[in-house]
Amino acid sequence: MSCWQTVQDYGLRSLGIGERLLPKADFTLCQQFTLIGSGMLWNIYFGVLALGLGFFMATALALGKASPSPLIRKPSDWFIFLFRGSPLFIQFFLAYEAFVLLPRNGIDIPLGIVTLTAETRWLTKAWAGALIVLFLNTSAYAGEIFYGALQSVPKGELEAADAYGMTGWSKFRRITWPTMLRLAWPAYTNEAIFLFHATALVFFSGFPAWRQQGDALYYASYFADKTFNPFIPYPIFAGYFVLLTLSVIVVFGAINRRLNRHLATERRSRLRLRPQIIR
Amino acid sequence: MTSPDRNAILAQLNFARSVPRPVFDFCTDPSLLDDLPWLACYLSTGKHMAFYGSFITVLVLLAITAPIALAFGFGGAMAARSSFAPLRWFGKAYTAMVRGVPDIAFFLFVPIAMDQGLEWLRHKVKCPDWDLPVRQGNDFVVCDAAKLPLSSSPQWVHEGYGFALAVAAFAVVFGAFAANVLYGAMQAVPRGQVETGEAYGMTARQTFWRIVVPQMWVFALPGLSNLWLILVKATPLLFLLGVEDIVYWARELGGSKTSTFTYPHSDWRLYYFLALLVFYLLLTQISEKIFGRLSRRLSHGQATLGGEAQRKAAV
Repeated sequence: MSCWQTVQDYGLRSLGIGERLLPKADFTLCQQFTLIGSGMLWNIYFGVLALGLGFFMATALALGKASPSPLIRKPSDWFIFLFRGSPLFIQFFLAYEAFVLLPRNGIDIPLGIVTLTAETRWLTKAWAGALIVLFLNTSAYAGEIFYGALQSVPKGELEAADAYGMTGWSKFRRITWPTMLRLAWPAYTNEAIFLFHATALVFFSGFPAWRQQGDALYYASYFADKTFNPFIPYPIFAGYFVLLTLSVIVVFGAINRRLNRHLATERRSRLRLRPQIIR
Repeated sequence: MTSPDRNAILAQLNFARSVPRPVFDFCTDPSLLDDLPWLACYLSTGKHMAFYGSFITVLVLLAITAPIALAFGFGGAMAARSSFAPLRWFGKAYTAMVRGVPDIAFFLFVPIAMDQGLEWLRHKVKCPDWDLPVRQGNDFVVCDAAKLPLSSSPQWVHEGYGFALAVAAFAVVFGAFAANVLYGAMQAVPRGQVETGEAYGMTARQTFWRIVVPQMWVFALPGLSNLWLILVKATPLLFLLGVEDIVYWARELGGSKTSTFTYPHSDWRLYYFLALLVFYLLLTQISEKIFGRLSRRLSHGQATLGGEAQRKAAV
């Protein structure tokens, strides 16, 4: 069987398209590259969606945490504490067990005359359940980063905005928020990288891989178990992840340059990769 | 090779054999008890005692791993600063390792790779006249004398070996994290300090040990305390390494038990995991408190929103 044939058979296996059975014996290098690469689709799916949605939630959480009103501040504080203070691994387990306990045939929501039945089964599937956990988790981490940046917004810029007569939304939109993002961006890039890394946890915690449709690490460990040789699948997995990390750095670096474009070169904040955050 | 499955089975056999005496006298027939005494009996079964013991396992792992990882990190940071190029490349590669690849991949890779590496070495030493290849297709075959641990060794050796492999995996990964922090801290020591040392005629080794190392800790402290939190939150991954940790027992005890069990109950895993969540939250809460105090001290008097809020509060 040619390698191209293998790619056609297994290239989208993680989505359930192509060959139904995974290779059982005589594993070729091509099969390992194809299947692990196919699993990367899940890592990208979880990472991109969780980050994209989490960004807005994180901004809201940062503002909530900086709010003078305890009614807003306390819930944001607790949310951030809950998700940053506990391991993601436990959060996955907990969420899965909670979703499983939801009634099988949906929850009936009476709305006057009509009754709405909310389907709950899909929550126990990794694509939805794990995504929710990752979304909440990255919101909490990024919220804390944004809050820290919000506290570091230079006083002079805010006073200048006041002097120009800016208030409320326009002051936030034009002064506070861009500066907050600029200050937070190096740390947020780290958060993005480690969120992508965290997506590898999904199929190792509560959420089962439905019909053996798993992420890259799921297939890598599948091969390692079958061949009893960890020295091939895990380096392949590592190579894919290095590529993914580099792409994240390129994209976030471009955004960083845009956020810093008004500053003199030596004052620009450079992206420095520090493994400061991990779950 | 100690696979997680085999460990689990061995552990179950072990517990089936030693039927523990109940802690409370009234626990002889749980089916007749009321809710509260029933719960007391339920929470004091032998398996629950093992569950409580596994919290100690986690703390022991933390206590053992932290210093080893710090030593690994120190070595890695020193290597990354070395003037000898291959050593420097090794150090840089080691510190860069954890940035690109998820740590969980290392937790899966390091134990099995070390296990096979050690068995292969012992195989070479103990069975030199063995002519079959070690890797036969999908099997890894070494002679019986090279097996780790030996198949005749008692249960605790198997468990200890699994735990040691887990410690090694944690030390390698967190050593790389610590190397990042310590490397940054070494670079952060003001250049003038080192230059002054050189002006006094100190060698590179002397400036490193007498000037850089004593001063770097203040720069490393924030990163290291963060690393402690990271390490705490990585401990549930022990479960993946086949160690009977709190996650293992929470799943084991929480699963629904039919009426053939002494204490039948429905699926209670949610409550067990809630208990674990509280345990971790408590562990991190204590650290958060300390960090909060530290960061308040650092932002004092700064011309920023945080500093401004402090100034206004003081007026």
